[in-house]
Amino acid sequence: MTGSILPVDDDVATRSAGRPLLEVRDLRTYFHVMDGVVRAVDGISFSIMAGETLGIVGESGCGKSVTSLSIMRLLDMPPAEIPSGEILFEGRDLLTMPDEEMRKVRGNDIAMIFQEPMTSLNPVFTVGDQIAEAVILHQGLSKKAAWDKAIESLKAVGINNPERRVKQYPHELSGGMRQRVMIAMALSCDPKLLIADEPTTALDVTIQAQILELIRTVQDRTGAALMLITHDLGVVAETVKDVVVMYAGRIVEEGSVEEVLLAPKHPYTEGLLGSIPSRGKRGERLNVIRGTVPNPFNMPPGCNFAPRCPYAFEPCTQADPRIGDANPPDVACWLYTATATSPTPPRVRPRLDLVEALG
Amino acid sequence: MTFETSEPAAPAADQPVVPVAPPPSPSVPATGAAVGRPPTSEVPLVEVEGLVKYYPIMGGFLRRHVGDVKAVDGVSFWVNRGEVLGLVGESGCGKSTLGKTLIQLTPPTAGLAKLDGEPIFGKKGKDLKKLRRRMQIIFQDPVGSLNPRMPISDIIGEGLLAQADAENRWGDRKVRDKRVGDYLDAVGLRRDYTRRYPHEFSGGQRQRIGIARALALSPDFLICDEPVSALDVSIQSQILNLLLDLRREFDLTYLFIAHNLSVVQYISDRVGVMYLGKLVELAEVEELYRRPRHPYSVALLSAVPDANPRVRKKRLVLTGDVPSPAAPPSGCHFHTRCWLYEQLGQPEVCTTADPEFRDIGDGHLVACHWAEKVPTAVVASAVPTAEVTTDTVAMPAAGIPAAPPIDAGPPTEEATASGT
Amino acid sequence: MTDQGPGADKNSNRQEVFISPTGAPMNVVQMAEGPQPQDFEVSLESLNQWQIAWRRFKRHRLAVVGTGIFGVMILLAIFGPIIWPYDRLALKPVTHSGGNPPGWMQNPRTLADPFGTDNGGRSVFILTVNGARLSMLIGIGTTVIAVTIGVVVGSFAGFFGGRIDGLLMRFVDFMLTIPFLFVILVMARFFGAGDPIVLTLIFGLLFWPGLARLVRALFLSLREQDFVQAARAVGVSDTRITFRHILPNALGPIIVSATLLVASAIVTEAFVSFLNFGLKATDLSWGNALASSQQYQIVGNWWWAFFPGMAIALTVTAINFMGDGLRDALDPRSRE
Repeated sequence: MTGSILPVDDDVATRSAGRPLLEVRDLRTYFHVMDGVVRAVDGISFSIMAGETLGIVGESGCGKSVTSLSIMRLLDMPPAEIPSGEILFEGRDLLTMPDEEMRKVRGNDIAMIFQEPMTSLNPVFTVGDQIAEAVILHQGLSKKAAWDKAIESLKAVGINNPERRVKQYPHELSGGMRQRVMIAMALSCDPKLLIADEPTTALDVTIQAQILELIRTVQDRTGAALMLITHDLGVVAETVKDVVVMYAGRIVEEGSVEEVLLAPKHPYTEGLLGSIPSRGKRGERLNVIRGTVPNPFNMPPGCNFAPRCPYAFEPCTQADPRIGDANPPDVACWLYTATATSPTPPRVRPRLDLVEALG
Repeated sequence: MTFETSEPAAPAADQPVVPVAPPPSPSVPATGAAVGRPPTSEVPLVEVEGLVKYYPIMGGFLRRHVGDVKAVDGVSFWVNRGEVLGLVGESGCGKSTLGKTLIQLTPPTAGLAKLDGEPIFGKKGKDLKKLRRRMQIIFQDPVGSLNPRMPISDIIGEGLLAQADAENRWGDRKVRDKRVGDYLDAVGLRRDYTRRYPHEFSGGQRQRIGIARALALSPDFLICDEPVSALDVSIQSQILNLLLDLRREFDLTYLFIAHNLSVVQYISDRVGVMYLGKLVELAEVEELYRRPRHPYSVALLSAVPDANPRVRKKRLVLTGDVPSPAAPPSGCHFHTRCWLYEQLGQPEVCTTADPEFRDIGDGHLVACHWAEKVPTAVVASAVPTAEVTTDTVAMPAAGIPAAPPIDAGPPTEEATASGT
Repeated sequence: MTDQGPGADKNSNRQEVFISPTGAPMNVVQMAEGPQPQDFEVSLESLNQWQIAWRRFKRHRLAVVGTGIFGVMILLAIFGPIIWPYDRLALKPVTHSGGNPPGWMQNPRTLADPFGTDNGGRSVFILTVNGARLSMLIGIGTTVIAVTIGVVVGSFAGFFGGRIDGLLMRFVDFMLTIPFLFVILVMARFFGAGDPIVLTLIFGLLFWPGLARLVRALFLSLREQDFVQAARAVGVSDTRITFRHILPNALGPIIVSATLLVASAIVTEAFVSFLNFGLKATDLSWGNALASSQQYQIVGNWWWAFFPGMAIALTVTAINFMGDGLRDALDPRSRE
């Protein structure tokens, strides 16, 4: 593995001239477990500009959640280890920051929403107590002011009768309501970056629609940058502007939502889109990606996706394609990369016929 | 000879499974047959009539019966032979309970169900065991549905052992192992995995093992209880393909329970929509997705996020949460969240009368007083799969009432409180 | 050909269809057909749950040490009395009032009387070694009885639920309200104090309710698991479900609490014997050794109480470590 730090000249960063709000450079997060080392995140780089939205998509085990936990420094070390990489937030490296400062960044500058709101809310305190506590801690408001702020932020996330809700305990609320409280809590300190880790996965579709709408409006209103982690391409398509596709700890493709979802380049992205059962496919077999994500202790040689890839050819089993090496540079695939054995890459353009396939 | 020869030979595999299009019939008063069932000569494989399942709530000091969670509250439908009937709804709507009741994992409170004309409920001992050979179930959780302490051969072979008799000779280890291997093959797993344990497999593989276990008894009717909900997209499509292949190969009939509307649309021939223990709409899949006639179905279809970023639809966001099934709203259960109810100026009938599950033509069943009043233009703008009609007077999409601040109706807190 | 196996025409069906690469060059290898060269899905080695548990257990260093100590104690209980038999007449001349101090206190090189002697000149080492047998027997015997009753009662209650459950659990509640010490004292007097078998029986009959509760709770939760439901759906009988599905999965927590029961029975024996309601003074056990030493504490012969006491402490600590290790190793949720 060469693991060179990418020059930050990819699409996402160059779109606007300013310095990115969050810049992740060659991040690696490994877990030391009984059977060996799991490379959950294995050299990824991306960035988010202030006020922008970025989606990270991938299936379970691709490292998308570990990425967000690494940014928040919420991983237990050991077993986790971050052997290399930088996470620059407004130019400061979060990884080398003293704990005391990191605590200030967490909540104040970066807030996070989790998948299961019940486990992230403390069951023995009322909703109001929990929001107020965060506000007091980070903004140094008085108790009274913090309580008012809690009521105000509950109102902001569309909770009716917030004066009554603040006095309730998490278990008295429904799932959708709890997720709203989580969002209210995350927003109470006006963060510059909001990380939402599968915020709607545990919710029903009609509630999901409510929450996504809320996240969109809230992001619009506060101007916070949003990093949305999800496995659902539909959620990505509706919520963010740019997207990063992860597979087995790597970024395999990145670009704007339109580029990636309408003209996917990487065979994995292509396969993911082909796997979605949707209209116009009835009666046909779905295009599937065969097999599953490789066992972390039994990684295939070369490209991680090669054993499942319908287009795999010689270079794929020999070396590992890195994002940035290809032409265009926003895909990590030998199909787009010149090699000794295939000096002209087999493919130079994305599969545009999928646009029709999607309907 | 490991597969029963006593069964009638499967119909030619290439014979397409066409959902029987019911002839237009005026609303059939249901007596004996399920509501709206076309009076065809063919007896449906499964018929369910007024199925009710209540879970008693015990409360107070003496643990007295203080109420009921009305998980399934009077559901009637039928499944034709060789058909896939999809059942969608949000969590707590009773769809899983319906499946578990139908397969006799929990006794029904009331109602009738027939498999091939033979009653399902009330069977015990040998009769029940015999019935179990004909209907099987696939579970949602690929981890929890396999005993972690048993090798795959035992997991799949267990049903065979339990159902062994002189005719099938499944009691014989060799016969059984052969059959286990055959079915591992059938679901796309290697035969030599039989001595391995569940935790060594990936989620998709475990789900295949669960399918093999259900199929090993050669059932006619398979209840798939959210079989792909716990799986990643790429694995989900593999399992869906497999289920469709198996249906053709083994001449199966599915009741496919799921909350994912795209999945249900893809696999089903007919689809039923459930809300708070009741079926609110049931129609052929194309019909339902193009012309939904229950306001809840419209909202449900509208809520599905589309992976195509160019599809920008007018979202019809439902307000509030699903009320508690222990205290469902009066009249139509949906009226507390219904956008049509608001649009029509809150007609009183919605809060007083439980709408009849009626045929509005072509076997399209809806339980809504105002099904005919669902504006086509709203449906067309909110539901991406909907048919765009030109014959209706264009109703401004802004006619959808603006979502008021979200707050569940009064029953929300009780819903969660009583659940614990 | 009526014998159409499911695998019969699988090639036509099971072949996955892929999006054909538009204008893909010749060197693109289509891998859709044929067996995969290597399966990257399943884990490399095949281990069953118990093997995995053993691997986890091995990593728990204290638990391994604890098991080692416990093993040594068991060996001591079995072979100790053979190697260093207790001879009631082999008395050392007593040179100090209340017993001789350990030999090494006078002469660091000597191996004679490493634990000292009691007031009658009996070697405390011999007493401790020989006491191990009864203490261990009572500990293990109690556990066997308590686990048997507890598992039977608990599984009946948990499996059948309803009225049977209600009755059995009320009985368990009743058992738990009985003042434990009082019963032991009364029963010990009534059934003849001092008989180790009676003592074991009494302990066993008093220790099971906690276990019954645990087993019942396990049954109640396992009964609702999907794999049990699946077994019911294919027609597996209740008996088989109990023995093949529920019990094996309940075994982990049962083993853990059984292990801890051994420790608490050993302590209880020592405690009861110390109060002179346990074994006969002539029977050798750690508790008895402690009991008879108490009146001589004042004259400063600490060794008489210290070594049997240490034996108890060591064994109990070892068992507790072992239990901790087992708990971690057998917990199916800890997927590390």
